[in-house]
Amino acid sequence: MSAQFMQYLLTGLTVGAIYALLALGFSIIFNASHVINFAQGEFVMIGGMAAVSLTAAGLPYLLAVPLAIAAAALVGLALEKFAVEPARGASVVTLIIITIGASIFLRGLAMLVWDKNLHPLKPFTGDTPIAIGGATILPQSLWVLGVTLAIVLALSWFFGRTLLGKAMLATSHNRLAAELVGINVRMVLFLSFGLSAALGAIAGILIAPITLTSYDVGVMLGLKGFAAAILGGLGSGMGAVVGGLVLGIAETMSAGYLSSAYKDAIAFVIILAVLFFMPSGLFGKRGGERV
Amino acid sequence: MMLEVEGLCSQYGRIPALKGIDVQVREGELVALVGANGAGKTTLLRALSGVQPVSAGRVHFEGADITSAAPDKRVRLGVVQVPEGRQVFGPLSVEDNLRLGAYLRSRAEAALGIERVYAMFPVLKSKRREPAGALSGGQQQMLAMGRALMALPRLLLLDEPSMGLAPKLVEEIFACVRALKAASTTIFLVDQNARAALAVADRAYVLETGRVVLSGSGPELLDNEQVKEAYLGL
Repeated sequence: MSAQFMQYLLTGLTVGAIYALLALGFSIIFNASHVINFAQGEFVMIGGMAAVSLTAAGLPYLLAVPLAIAAAALVGLALEKFAVEPARGASVVTLIIITIGASIFLRGLAMLVWDKNLHPLKPFTGDTPIAIGGATILPQSLWVLGVTLAIVLALSWFFGRTLLGKAMLATSHNRLAAELVGINVRMVLFLSFGLSAALGAIAGILIAPITLTSYDVGVMLGLKGFAAAILGGLGSGMGAVVGGLVLGIAETMSAGYLSSAYKDAIAFVIILAVLFFMPSGLFGKRGGERV
Repeated sequence: MMLEVEGLCSQYGRIPALKGIDVQVREGELVALVGANGAGKTTLLRALSGVQPVSAGRVHFEGADITSAAPDKRVRLGVVQVPEGRQVFGPLSVEDNLRLGAYLRSRAEAALGIERVYAMFPVLKSKRREPAGALSGGQQQMLAMGRALMALPRLLLLDEPSMGLAPKLVEEIFACVRALKAASTTIFLVDQNARAALAVADRAYVLETGRVVLSGSGPELLDNEQVKEAYLGL
């Protein structure tokens, strides 16, 4: 393995982990409501920008990070309560359009609250690259990978072992039956927005020291996360993680070996290819519904 | 009176499905509801569980007005339904399905309930780790009934428990219904198998295009010429 390949792989894994967090957010909301939440990218932006502001205000990371995540989660809950919930009973397409509107609104609001500049966030633990097999990795990348791994483990524990997690899975599988056993499916939807927003914010905070952040960082990241979710199969947790990593690696490889001009195109080529040839993705449920 | 339904109306869009239903169920009774496809049987049960909107009328359960109560509140009060077509959580294990049945009950009640359900349906115990979707139709029906029992029902709504099952399994399911009745569970039973339903029922209602057209004791309706002709194929 050449050092160059190793370098692309490490970079790809880092970016891919971020996409995976976004894709998990898409999948959790999709499972609860069959809605694709196009405001998912804005949670990333809110997390990153809030962390920048809070640390600039002198708060230590240990305080600023949880606060930034909480802020994004609150925005997620508010989005469900005031934009999605009132349209309960509307078609899924209507709800998806609502989330698109919400994302434009949140982006505009962020531009007013903050500004249009790029903001750096200080790396959590320094920026001295660490050498691995001829390649180097930033300490922040290790944070990205480590935290993503921890979140994936925590989520699989939550959905596999806790009653609330199982109730959320049950709701996604059969909403009617879930209501009949007494699961409050509106609460499940509410929670899923909060959880997805928190995941998005974590992704935004993790990546901000590497790529900088700004009011419109959510547009591209949201689309990439969506592509990862589609690739893995919407609604599949495993699929979201694999889809995110594959997309991240494919992107950095093509940027490295072909041309970085095509980097962003990869995600869209993948969306099209999956929709044409494998509509349910790598791990998605076969068949499914027509829209 | 445990359940009292007065003038209940419900519609799908502009098409009325229930046109003023009056039904009563006393504590400990097994009441059957028979009628042709599309008569509104399933709609009535769904309205009783709060998952089908009603446009007029009242539903009282043990004195409390639950006409507009949320589904989970009704389950908490003890109105629990075994839905048509079983509706098990396919990818989840048999035991998780049962555990979710007791979603609103305490951990201790759930543990006790699971033992009770396994005693009633031993086959579920041997398949406890398997995904519910891998069970046969009859086993899924048992699971659906077990899941409802986990919620400690005061009034059990059974929608078409024998639908799509082989005759031997139908017998088995009705044996369970009789056992539940013997254990003094109050049951409101809908079944297309009118003969079997009327045979186990204390009382029954006949539903036609959204209206109750006949009511009486089970044996009475079994002997009724109109019922014989329309539903028993005699």
